[in-house]
Amino acid sequence: MTRSPILTLSNISKRFASQEVLSDFNLTIQDGEFFTILGPSGCGKTTVLRLIAGFEQPNEGQILLNGDDIARIPAEKRPFNTVFQSYALFPHLTVFDNVAFGLKMAGVDVQDIAVRVADALAIVRLSEFATRKPHQLSGGQKQRVAIARAVVNRPKILLLDESLSALDYKLRQQMQLELKQLQRQLGITFVYVTHDQEEALSMSDRILVMHNGQAQQVGTPREIYESPRNLFVAQFIGEINVFDGEIVQALGEYQYEASINGVVREIRCDHRFAVGDKVHVMLRPEDLRIDCRPDVAERKGFPGIVLERSYTGQTLNSHIELENGQTLMAHEFFDEDDPDFDYSINQKVGVDWVPGWEHVIPAERSGKA
Amino acid sequence: MMKVFKWSFIAAIFAYLYLPIAILVINSFNVSKYGYEWKGFTLNWYAKLWENEALAQAFLNSLLIATLAATAATLIGTLMALALYRYRFPLKATSSGLLFIVMMSPDIVLAITFLVIFIALGIQLGFWSLLIAHITFCLPFVVITVYAQLKGFDQYLLEAAQDLGASESRIFRLIIFPLVFPAIVAGWLLSFTLSLDDVIISSFVTGPSFEILPIRVFSMVKVGVSPEVNVLATLLLALSLLLVTFSTLLLRRKH
Repeated sequence: MTRSPILTLSNISKRFASQEVLSDFNLTIQDGEFFTILGPSGCGKTTVLRLIAGFEQPNEGQILLNGDDIARIPAEKRPFNTVFQSYALFPHLTVFDNVAFGLKMAGVDVQDIAVRVADALAIVRLSEFATRKPHQLSGGQKQRVAIARAVVNRPKILLLDESLSALDYKLRQQMQLELKQLQRQLGITFVYVTHDQEEALSMSDRILVMHNGQAQQVGTPREIYESPRNLFVAQFIGEINVFDGEIVQALGEYQYEASINGVVREIRCDHRFAVGDKVHVMLRPEDLRIDCRPDVAERKGFPGIVLERSYTGQTLNSHIELENGQTLMAHEFFDEDDPDFDYSINQKVGVDWVPGWEHVIPAERSGKA
Repeated sequence: MMKVFKWSFIAAIFAYLYLPIAILVINSFNVSKYGYEWKGFTLNWYAKLWENEALAQAFLNSLLIATLAATAATLIGTLMALALYRYRFPLKATSSGLLFIVMMSPDIVLAITFLVIFIALGIQLGFWSLLIAHITFCLPFVVITVYAQLKGFDQYLLEAAQDLGASESRIFRLIIFPLVFPAIVAGWLLSFTLSLDDVIISSFVTGPSFEILPIRVFSMVKVGVSPEVNVLATLLLALSLLLVTFSTLLLRRKH
């Protein structure tokens, strides 16, 4: 599916008092996509959302909606709606009046309001709750009212600020699925802000990872997870093992020999390196292979001992200390042939991976992890 | 044994608190003029009060001042609470702190301050000086009542309304006003009672041209407690209880 940009933030700077939250920030959101801004708290992600909504004005830069600069247009005149983290339902109004609020402000006539509110409530499966007040609803129901109150206005973009974080785990997972379905059904562009990487990966078409007011990487969940562009992204999205290495020899384009912990291995990557360049060779815990054959001579990979192992139901997670002191994490799925496999603490093992599964980036820090 | 002690202790406290009031109320219906003994039930004193024109005039004056002061203080105080809640402006912290000073100051200090100012400005002591003083000492109570209510709301409510296309005036009319209305009424009632029973400040800032009830009563009891004063106190007590109950109910009402 080809998409065209709907919203572009260009060279945005935002300061609060003397503190610079965003500087020279750029972002393009495509029409109809589920776009997630992901980052730790204080990274500026909420500020980006508030700039888009119009609750904050940038100190410099443009916010272009289909090419028109809307940076100076107040929030009430922008064709966007927000689902707040706390829901912010009007406590003195019924569910119906909450959902109808935006339409009333827009001067839609009473009969149309009734029809559209009924539709919106049907979408979020709250039709029977129209006459209730917010305090009579559960957290999940309030969440749905907040969504209905926003989408009923048919915004060009729906903004969601950590909207699921107040819900418990089970409900959150269910709402993730519902949000994704809703987005597909309505075809509205969603901009979702969260610090929860799992949520980001499971719902988004594209993710922007932010840190310290800087965009770290934009890409599909798969790109972000499998090819993180730097150490921050790699470590923020899921767990990852980082080996420090040095390029020893070029074997061909994007194919090198690198020395890792004193062992020379072949690596593949999408960067160009010169001999002598320091690199990070990164592997997800589920990409590591553990060789626990008793014969030391037969064992492949880096030697180490099992420090800790934990059973999670689906996987066996182990922490392995290498001879140089580095600790690795490995997640292994249970095998049908050997459903009882387990390690004992202090067992000697070899840690290896399938050639080509590693992800290599230029080194960012000196010394060993 | 412990239990008996506990209950008698509680009973003693309540007796200490409410016995004087009870005696006063009972005496307002007592045939005996001096109230040392019960000589039978009468509404005679109520009728007598009704005929006491000076007292009735003072009562009406009090009601007038209380109504006007409460209304003005509520208007100004509500706007001030809104400003403190909604806008950032220079000296915001200072101005709310200054309100507390007015609230915490002993009445006698306020009274002298008012008197000094009125004299310095050449304002004749009477209706206007009294009204200004009453508005001033009621003001902080309204601000605090309304501000506390505003603070209790989800801070994103107003942004949510704005996000849904509401202009500033509609946000006020459709969201803020309905939500703080109970606090506004409670603030008004509180001001009304404060104004109605103020003696100290009033005695300093009013003149002979405008007498209000508490001062009138105060001068009456200098020559002994007459049954009419008992009646008056009983009526005021009933009115206060009514207002307090009403404002408590309003603030407790959930949305």
